[in-house]
Amino acid sequence: MESMVEIRKVNKYYDDNHVVKDLDLTVGKGEFLTLLGPSGCGKTTTLRMIAGFENPCSGNIFVESANVDNKEPYERSVNTVFQSYALFPHKNIYDNIGFGLKMKKESKSEIKERVTEMLKMVQLEGFEKRMPNQLSGGQKQRVAIARALINRPKVLLLDEPLGALDLKLRKQMQIELKRLQRKLGITFIYVTHDQEEALTMSDRIAVMEHGVIEQLGTPSEIYEKPVSKFVADFIGESNVIHGTVTEILSDNLKLKTGKEEILAINNGHKPGENVFVSIRPEKIRFSNKPVDSFSLTAIVKEHVYMGSMNKCIVMIPSGRELKINRFSGEELPAVDSKIYLSWAPEDAVVMVTKPNDVNDQAEDIHLGVTT
Amino acid sequence: MKGRLNKKVPLYTTIFPVTFWLILLVAIPLIYVLVLSFLTRLPNGRVDFVFTMANYKKLINPDYFHIYGISLFVSAVTTAICIVLSYPFAWFIAQGSERKKTLMMLLVIIPFWTNSLIRLYGWKTILGNEGVLNKVLLTLHLINEPIQMLYSLPAVILGMVYTLLPFMILPIYASVEKLDKTLLEAANDLGAKSIQSFLQISLPLTSPGIFAGSIMVFIPTLGYFFVSDLLGGGNTMMVGNLIKNQFYTAQNWPLGAALSIVLIIMTLLLVRIYTLMGGKLDDLGVAK
Amino acid sequence: MKINKKIGNVASIIHASIIFIFLYLPIIVVVAFSFNKSKINIVFTGFTFEWYGKILKNTRLIDALENTVIVAIVSTLLAVIIGTLAAVGMNKYRFKGKKVVDALLYIPVVIPEIIFGIALLALFSTAKLKLGLGSLIVAHTTFCIPFVVFTVRARLVGIDPHIEEAAMDLGAKRIRTFFEVLLPSIMPGVVSGALLSMTISMDDVIISFFTTGPQSTTLPIQIYSMVKSGISPDVNALSTIILIVTIVVVILSQSRMLRNIKKK
Repeated sequence: MESMVEIRKVNKYYDDNHVVKDLDLTVGKGEFLTLLGPSGCGKTTTLRMIAGFENPCSGNIFVESANVDNKEPYERSVNTVFQSYALFPHKNIYDNIGFGLKMKKESKSEIKERVTEMLKMVQLEGFEKRMPNQLSGGQKQRVAIARALINRPKVLLLDEPLGALDLKLRKQMQIELKRLQRKLGITFIYVTHDQEEALTMSDRIAVMEHGVIEQLGTPSEIYEKPVSKFVADFIGESNVIHGTVTEILSDNLKLKTGKEEILAINNGHKPGENVFVSIRPEKIRFSNKPVDSFSLTAIVKEHVYMGSMNKCIVMIPSGRELKINRFSGEELPAVDSKIYLSWAPEDAVVMVTKPNDVNDQAEDIHLGVTT
Repeated sequence: MKGRLNKKVPLYTTIFPVTFWLILLVAIPLIYVLVLSFLTRLPNGRVDFVFTMANYKKLINPDYFHIYGISLFVSAVTTAICIVLSYPFAWFIAQGSERKKTLMMLLVIIPFWTNSLIRLYGWKTILGNEGVLNKVLLTLHLINEPIQMLYSLPAVILGMVYTLLPFMILPIYASVEKLDKTLLEAANDLGAKSIQSFLQISLPLTSPGIFAGSIMVFIPTLGYFFVSDLLGGGNTMMVGNLIKNQFYTAQNWPLGAALSIVLIIMTLLLVRIYTLMGGKLDDLGVAK
Repeated sequence: MKINKKIGNVASIIHASIIFIFLYLPIIVVVAFSFNKSKINIVFTGFTFEWYGKILKNTRLIDALENTVIVAIVSTLLAVIIGTLAAVGMNKYRFKGKKVVDALLYIPVVIPEIIFGIALLALFSTAKLKLGLGSLIVAHTTFCIPFVVFTVRARLVGIDPHIEEAAMDLGAKRIRTFFEVLLPSIMPGVVSGALLSMTISMDDVIISFFTTGPQSTTLPIQIYSMVKSGISPDVNALSTIILIVTIVVVILSQSRMLRNIKKK
């Protein structure tokens, strides 16, 4: 894959606050890459350094193999869609979209032609004379995208562009944005804290936490094979169980969690090691009798109805609550009944514990209603 | 590192002019007043650069105490009257429709955009022995001979209230306007009577406006020498007149400077009390 | 309860009316006497426009008016330039000594004007600066700067901080960004800061009293010297004209606001 943006060993401090740490990232031509993480993880700062609004304290950034460290934002062939849209409040829609071309001193007729083309692309024909404050959130969003794309940037940077929209509109815009990106073939670097949005739209996702990339991979890699408890927790819903490796079977690991035994896939752990095991709620099976090498029991606490999905909260002997998801129509165990839990070992991802993960063991269960 | 140096240029172009100007014309003059207050006055009115405490010693004098006392009294009474007049007025305005509110506030501001001396002169015309008010009272046979209203302490206070009233109305109005009216509904809903909800909710939440207004009325009153000049005649001497006299008639600048330093200290104390009570300096700039 | 409320309403309307009468009574007197035939501001003897014609012949009054306008315009211009730049810079950057600049901005607003007046007088006379239009302009600019900074800063708070970045992102250089994007967005703040500066400057008595020279008397100072002995009716006439001009300017500048409110 040909590279479009390269970030090499970039560090950023705000006073004593180390917000981006030794970041290395290569974004390919025409790729849709998402920087995903909770607020304060350094994703927006990274984006702003690519745009040129912030300077790295050390390290380099390249766009199309050219070093852009000393380039002003107006000298870079990247454009940004801001979370707040940042539409110029005193200019109408036509002048907002045409702003970049006006700066390039394009002819009036050229500007008119391309603004019209852009308005058509974002389906806002006839809105030329409106002022930004006369538009709805979704319309402002489209104007912001059109304004950024009219300069035909090599890279489009999007900073939580859908954050201010309501759920329905956001879902619709996700699809539109993805279509637009495919059609134009422009590299998109997209910042969001919404994991669902990241999974839906991205070619690759970089999950960030505390200024470093925890995991970089395709949506399915990130979802199926999280490398750390943080990623497992952050992406989708997950049940994370603390355990100790007791025995190595050929493909699988046998683990002990509390007094109970469970299985997980073997990915090179040694007996005696303390690990986390992550199982997605839809992968957990339940039965009246113990299955294979599983001896994990649970008491059913409650059912939660969520429309297309139903959720069942169960408590294992350690006191931890686990979630089981089923499509509506599928059977759930009765409340207060005792069940045996199991899963296909390959659905249970084993991750090494990190020192700061241990504190999280008693954390509350999240019902996983993604907003 | 051309790019990084470049980013300093906008900082300097925006900040340098104001910093330069304020240091040269605010900081240095005030420091100079402080210095001046320790210098010696020569018999010819000139200032000699010889350190002395004499100016401050002169301040320990019953006459000056009296003048400071009168000034503080006038300021306190003016502030109190302004509060009593403005508070219900601000509530009344804030209850109107948007259009009504804007119109009424315009009506409050317009007179204060016309020359304040002319307006004070208007009062002089009204209150004079042969003025409008006395004429009216005489014609109605309510009095037999004109009442001496001008050149008295009440006349000075009236002038001060008149000149400074908008400085009280504006911040109080701003705080009443900002008050979330659903809080009052919530209080009523929870069983508070009007008086209770006023004392428990409205008053505490609008008190920042009262405090800001008080500062903006109290402090200028101390220095508005032209009001006491015009309406008090020679009878009411206030700190402002005293300082003015030292710089003009008496030509004793060091003493005037010492008097000013005392006034500055009083001002700073008041502002300090204001900020300690939770007042914001920003609120003192809005009305003017 | 309901009756109490009604009484309260009536009382507050009366209270508001009294305040408006209080505010406007002296103005009404001034306007009325500007049409008075008698030369003394005491008895109304008959209606005349005579004094309006006499204004132009009163050269001291006209000179003072001219000085007032020159000082107001020049110091407003200076204050607007310095103050707007300052507000933008202080809103955007963190720098050493920001707190000092902030404090220096509040001083002219908070301390009694008389102190500021004598401080400038002391500085000017020590610096051997001749008192006149120049010293007046410098003094007025100084006390106008904070008001411009405050009004512009209040406006900046409501502005999306990213619009400047957006402009630069789209290819506008810094100066272009300032004039094309930032300045137009904060223009209402700049305009109201300028109007405020103008009115404060034109009405200033105390600071002008200390910083003016014999050749540069402003209208308030001229009136101050006349007011003690008694004002000639042409001053009433001039004040009436100024009052009308002010009201027209206020209405023009506020009419857009009023119309917007009406729409809502």
